[in-house]
Amino acid sequence: MASDTYAAWSSQDAVVCRGIGMTWAEGTPRAHEALRDIDLDIAPGEFVVLLGPSGCGKSTLLYLIAGLEKASRGRMWSFRDPVEAPSPDRSLIFQETSLFPWLTVWQNVSFGLSIRGAPVAERRAVAREALSRVGLVAAMDKRPDELSGGMRQRVAVARALAMRPKVLLMDEPFAALDVQTRAKMQDFLLDVRRDSGASVLFVTHHIDEAVALADRVVVFTARPGRIKTIVPIGLPRPRDPFSPECEALRRQLTAELRSEVDRAFAEQEALTSDQ
Amino acid sequence: MSSDLVAGRLPGAAAPWLSAARRQSLARFGWAMVSIGLFAGLWELAWLTGVADAKLLPPPHIFLGNIPDQARYFNTATRWQIGVNPADGPSPYEAVLVTIGATAGRVFAGLGIAAVLSVSVGVLIRYFGLLEKLVLPTITLLSPVSPIAWLPVAIFIFGIGNKPAIFMVVVALFFHMVLSTISQIDNVNRNFIHVARTMGASKRQVYARVIIPAILPQLLIVLRLNLFGAWMVVLVAESTGVGFGLGQVIMLARNTFNPSLVFFTIALIGLLGFLSDWVLRQLQKRILYWVPETAGVLRGL
Ligand SMILES: Nc1ncnc2c1ncn2[C@@H]1O[C@H](COP(=O)(O)OP(=O)(O)OP(=O)(O)O)[C@@H](O)[C@H]1O
Ligand SMILES: [Mg+2]
Repeated sequence: MASDTYAAWSSQDAVVCRGIGMTWAEGTPRAHEALRDIDLDIAPGEFVVLLGPSGCGKSTLLYLIAGLEKASRGRMWSFRDPVEAPSPDRSLIFQETSLFPWLTVWQNVSFGLSIRGAPVAERRAVAREALSRVGLVAAMDKRPDELSGGMRQRVAVARALAMRPKVLLMDEPFAALDVQTRAKMQDFLLDVRRDSGASVLFVTHHIDEAVALADRVVVFTARPGRIKTIVPIGLPRPRDPFSPECEALRRQLTAELRSEVDRAFAEQEALTSDQ
Repeated sequence: MSSDLVAGRLPGAAAPWLSAARRQSLARFGWAMVSIGLFAGLWELAWLTGVADAKLLPPPHIFLGNIPDQARYFNTATRWQIGVNPADGPSPYEAVLVTIGATAGRVFAGLGIAAVLSVSVGVLIRYFGLLEKLVLPTITLLSPVSPIAWLPVAIFIFGIGNKPAIFMVVVALFFHMVLSTISQIDNVNRNFIHVARTMGASKRQVYARVIIPAILPQLLIVLRLNLFGAWMVVLVAESTGVGFGLGQVIMLARNTFNPSLVFFTIALIGLLGFLSDWVLRQLQKRILYWVPETAGVLRGL
């Protein structure tokens, strides 16, 4: 055990989780176990996709890694530092829009710099650079509610990139987008990942998205979420979604997921009929 | 930070809307006139048919007909002091303006003090857990107390003058506004706070950069809702004698049995309340240029 802890600590990996468990509202009658015994390592620059039934704790795991919540059990490191609090090294992108409506696009993107007290000129320059990477320099001085959903999500990505994070945590970031926009955003995300060298931990419900993006796909069980299997996707990029290899992987992942989704449904039904 | 932003976007964005907005506000003004005209017309009708006694319910053409006569009662000269000539002092019209100014000044002073004080207290209560435990129960306990009950307290502490009237306005608004500030802080979108924290914001920065801008729109609405309350309270406070003010004129009208003067003053107060609401609405638009207007969406229903 001690040597195992040492191995975990000495690992250079971007994220190291050992025995992570999470119970919301622990010690109260409303206690609710969301995660159990998660061991997960994410290498620098690696693209890991989390797949699992609704409510299995994927978002919870992202919150824990971001440092926004404390795990009930287990330990976690990022580049050898214990994860104890939020850090600009680990940026979290949410499913719903989280741009500040009272700031313009460029002010949103450079919010992290203004927190550090950077001068306006520098903030504008950084914002311009980050926005050019998402193709939205023209929207710099607009307000978020003047943008479409896809543009807002790109701004959110730019805001995360402006912090030059080492780990990008993305919680169903493209769920609200149409299929074509989502495909473009996926390409764009892969480019960003290649240029920045950041690791990405990406939650999705779309199996084709997982196959298109991931180096490894982590499949979760129904709540309490545990890791059911980890499926490596060893295909070179760019990937052809219609290739037989992709087809076979989608088939495999669908089968892995289906049993868990069925279990999750059965459990939720039992829970609601109890009440 | 926001100034370049305002300068950057207002000219382009505002221009195409200008004529439509003008037309809209003109229409709104027209409807307001129709609404008031209808009310006044019914009243006049009641007078014509003899239903309303002109001595008790003088219709608008009577109490608005002789403004110089009414204005005489708005005397602000301190003629009870020794050495002041009773004929001195401002002309009747000036006196009306001075009276209005005095009352409106008390309303806005009270409103401003109440807003600053209650938002600060609300934010501090959420910021410091100990403060919440120490202060919140008392504030909750005092918030249902009617402002009228504070009147004697205001006079005990501040005597007669501007101060008790302003104090009354503050005390009438303060407790509600603290509680509403707190509930708005609790309703701030969690993701906003999460984003700020992952970007390295300290607790102080989360409050200053996220929570306060996020609650500002609702706070201004609360302020506007409380504006009419402030007008009501200030009249009560003035009627107990604060030198001069609209409340004092109403008291005078009551004591001298002068219904015309009562209605004249009521008309003034209505007009002032309307105007001050308009001022606050403009202020709201200036400060909250980023809040999209939903009224247009509702009109489509
Ligand atoms: N802040 C919270 N307080 C209490 N319970 C929570 C909280 N957030 C999530 N939970 C509970 O934890 C469990 C896991 O939630 P989580 O949001 O992590 O699921 P998820 O896998 O992201 O689901 P989805 O795919 O639907 O987004 C759920 O049962 C949920 O009710
Ligand atoms: Mg989720």
